[in-house]
Amino acid sequence: MKKEKDFDINNCYTISGKLALPYTYFAGRTGSTFITHIRDNKKIMGVRCNHCNKVFIPPRQTCEKCLSMISDNWVELENQGEILNYTVVRYDDNHLPRKAPFILAMIKLGKADTPVIHIVEGISINDVKEGLKVKAVFAEKTTNTILDIDHFEPV
Amino acid sequence: MGHRKKNRNVGIVGIGETKFSSHREDVNQPEMINEAVRDALNDAGLSIDDVECVVHGNMELFEMIHQPDLWHTLGTGAYGKDAYRLTTGGTTGGTLVAAADNLVASGMYDVVLAIGFEKLQEGHTTGGITNMADPLWARKLQSGALTDSAAVKVIAEFGEERAKRAAMTYRIIMDKHACLNPNSHRAFGLDWDQMDDLIKNSPPLIGNLRLIHMCSQSDGACAMIFASEEKAKSITDKPVWVRDHICIHREETLNLCNNYYPNQTTHKFAAEKLYERNGITDPVEYFDVFEMYDPSAWWGMDWIRDFFLLKDDEHIKLIENKDIMIDGKIPINPSGGVIAANPIGATAMVRVAEAAKQIRGNAGPHQIPRQVNHALASSFGGTMWTILFMLEKELNW
Ligand SMILES: [Zn+2]
Repeated sequence: MKKEKDFDINNCYTISGKLALPYTYFAGRTGSTFITHIRDNKKIMGVRCNHCNKVFIPPRQTCEKCLSMISDNWVELENQGEILNYTVVRYDDNHLPRKAPFILAMIKLGKADTPVIHIVEGISINDVKEGLKVKAVFAEKTTNTILDIDHFEPV
Repeated sequence: MGHRKKNRNVGIVGIGETKFSSHREDVNQPEMINEAVRDALNDAGLSIDDVECVVHGNMELFEMIHQPDLWHTLGTGAYGKDAYRLTTGGTTGGTLVAAADNLVASGMYDVVLAIGFEKLQEGHTTGGITNMADPLWARKLQSGALTDSAAVKVIAEFGEERAKRAAMTYRIIMDKHACLNPNSHRAFGLDWDQMDDLIKNSPPLIGNLRLIHMCSQSDGACAMIFASEEKAKSITDKPVWVRDHICIHREETLNLCNNYYPNQTTHKFAAEKLYERNGITDPVEYFDVFEMYDPSAWWGMDWIRDFFLLKDDEHIKLIENKDIMIDGKIPINPSGGVIAANPIGATAMVRVAEAAKQIRGNAGPHQIPRQVNHALASSFGGTMWTILFMLEKELNW
């Protein structure tokens, strides 16, 4: 096999380009309701499937297991819960929400059956552990996204 | 061609369509898809538990989302099931139907749900399409999905006056059909006295292609359920049989390096092969309806000749005599066709769905006012890609 330095690249062009693909995502009524509850009431809402007896976050119009319509079955979740598992992001890139290193965790809020992924701050990357109790810290300025919860921090 | 006879018969047992429109701000992608899925399941009288495999598709990059099938499970019902994702440009909806047909015919699955969708309002269609071109030779020079190649060809052959009037006659017929179809995105209520004005004054796009000729950018979804013969008969008393389909593509013609190949259209080639192996000698006589993937009025009017293997100006005459109208000799696109609604990843599937509904006799206000036994439906992609479907009311071929 040829090593990289063995390829003759004299007089070979590369073409630099950029894909411009702007988009506007329509969040739908259920997703919009979730965000406005966080933004306006500091409340994190889930939806219950009565057939499967599960409370989902993020909320959704239909239960993906039984396909029941569940978007009217709003349940107010607790603003705190526990870390199910986590990772530490150790590189920097434009798309990342924080400078490295930072903690991303799966957090199971009280009254929910499914976890939500979010940033954990206020604890060293060496001290974070599964089972840690954390609570939501809401953003001061809204972006109408999941980042209206700014991050979670230890209770 | 390495085509063999189907291993077993496949029936269409459920059809679901959303209303097509320019915006769906009230629903996100999986929610919109779920409307079509729910509609198809209700139509078949099935629950999601009865579905064994889900085939999902739309255009790459058009909503700027990679692998949307992953999180669309919220609406598709694919959770815990075998699933495939297919994306073949404009033909995507047809590829989904072809795949579902093959998956059932092969014996791999008895019941397959195929789903095509697009939410063009969320993305940038021409941006997505333009990035299909070769970055060195073509990307800086092409015009996305807009081309007047068909207009140039038809005008050269039949003269400007006749060609332009025939294209606009085709356009007005499609709009008259669209006005009957409650799912249409665009239905203007065009009439014959507007012909001269539209020919002259509709905003120009490229060459002789004007805005009024061109298809829309739509949001919407289509879902269809396919079942083996035995299952299909137990699910419904009105299964529509997929007699045969053929898929022909000449993708290499899109690369400008390969421009020297002789330009026989994939439509004509597909039609010749399909009719030959099914013993159809006079397609205009045989078929009771044709749902054509017609991205513009120029293409639609030109392609009739290819699909029906007509000679000289026979296709122009079909248009001029209004034989392609819903109550005519060979109705084309009683749904209004692609010019009326183009949610791209769903569009080619909608052709098959609409053709099947015509056979069932429950298409709605745009039902053809006489018995429909044999239907033809086409898919088209800009990479010179054709899929043709033959649907039948009876299992007697
Ligand atoms: Zn459920």
